[in-house]
Amino acid sequence: MSMTESGPIKKHLVRSYDDDIEQITRLITEMGAIVEQQVAFATQALADGDEHAARSVIDRDPQVDALEERLDQTAIRVLAIRQPMAIDLRIIAMALKISNDLERMGDYAVNIAKRVIRLQSQTRIRTIPTMVMMSEMCQEMVKDILDAYIARDPDKAMAVWKRDQEVDNAHNSVFRELLTYMLEDPRKITPCIDLIFIAKNLERIGDHATNIAEKIHYMIHGDEINRSRDDEQ
Amino acid sequence: MATAIKVNDLPKTEVPAAQRPAPKMSARKVNLWYGQKQALFDVDIDVAKNSVVALIGPSGCGKSTFLRCLNRMNDTIDGCRIEGDIRLDGRDIYDRSVDVVQLRQQVGMVFQKPNPFPKSIYENVAYGPRIHGLATNKAEFDEIVETSLKGAGLWNEVADRLSQPGNSLSGGQQQRLCIARAIAVAPEVILMDEPCSALDPIATAKIEELIDELRQHFTICIVTHNMQQAARVSQKTAFFHLGKLIEFGDTDEIFTNPKQQMTQDYITGRFG
Repeated sequence: MSMTESGPIKKHLVRSYDDDIEQITRLITEMGAIVEQQVAFATQALADGDEHAARSVIDRDPQVDALEERLDQTAIRVLAIRQPMAIDLRIIAMALKISNDLERMGDYAVNIAKRVIRLQSQTRIRTIPTMVMMSEMCQEMVKDILDAYIARDPDKAMAVWKRDQEVDNAHNSVFRELLTYMLEDPRKITPCIDLIFIAKNLERIGDHATNIAEKIHYMIHGDEINRSRDDEQ
Repeated sequence: MATAIKVNDLPKTEVPAAQRPAPKMSARKVNLWYGQKQALFDVDIDVAKNSVVALIGPSGCGKSTFLRCLNRMNDTIDGCRIEGDIRLDGRDIYDRSVDVVQLRQQVGMVFQKPNPFPKSIYENVAYGPRIHGLATNKAEFDEIVETSLKGAGLWNEVADRLSQPGNSLSGGQQQRLCIARAIAVAPEVILMDEPCSALDPIATAKIEELIDELRQHFTICIVTHNMQQAARVSQKTAFFHLGKLIEFGDTDEIFTNPKQQMTQDYITGRFG
């Protein structure tokens, strides 16, 4: 039975066990909040050519890594002392995986920031509207997936999961657009390559958001998400 | 992504009833009363051959009572009344024609506290075969004693002191001696009622290892309060509460994704 069907989860007989689980959830939330900001700043840096925003993304990356480490340690300790079962086990195991996704997302935000900084020295092309749109889509996905995690809402997670297709489509059209620019003017090749990498990074951020959606679904239902994006294909 | 605890030998997909192997033991609509008080309500359980079924639940939930129904140990309790149908290889074990002594040879039992007879290690194991007439001469008894002690993983530790009293052994060894005694009469099913609750972790690990080996030859039904143990040793798990069977399913499922809220609350420590 899922948590949504049965309402909020009851408390453990041992209160400190609840504290442990809460700490794990809080660490994911905290990590997610930073990553969400990282993606937002990277998006802003890309849209406005804001080098300051880009640098702040790079500077904050160690915070994400430190939180991931703390989460790993906490989860391992709880596994060792509580031998969790069922929903508790799924929450902890999925937290370990979700933190990994978040850490990767943070890395992609850093990659984007680094390329944005490099692009600022180029005059030919700095961004294109489709990419800005794509980056905003990703930022929304990150925000919504964290909301779904906090609310433990599998439907909301599923909605994010379905949106990945839009990001993939945007990625394809960005790629095609940049290809035409490069064909038109070989001097644009260097900045366009940077932009292609940025688009790829954004697309990967979207993928990790869908990974998290799958983990939220598993955490709550204990089974895998139905992988057919049926209402789209 | 499923967190497998133990690979289940039984087919996962629903096989039509006609093609499914018949269960070693099956219980249908088992109701039991101690005097006026009903202790079991409509319990249905199938125990597949060469599998381990774990019975879990809070104290007083009926799991030991149910276990004892499987070899009619409840017959000895005054005022105990049983309704329903329990079969061993399709044969009703409560049928009037059933010889209870014979039944308990087929369905052996190991108890919570090791209870060796106040006799030698050798005699503890040879006693059952003797009263059931399974051996006639010294050589045959010797062989049964050795095979049984080996089967219980105790042979290497006691081979040179078979004439010493059974209760001179450590608790864990005594429990394995009781297992040797149980398997000496060549049973088909072994019932275990919290066999490790009086043992230290190392002795417990040895028994768990043994259960896994015994499964090759016997069908096992075990009551345990240790949830991790149930998850480790069994293929199917039954969760009892207040005399009712709340959930019965693949052990993997029960401990990672139980279907019933009550099961989840119990195994995650949220009961009450």
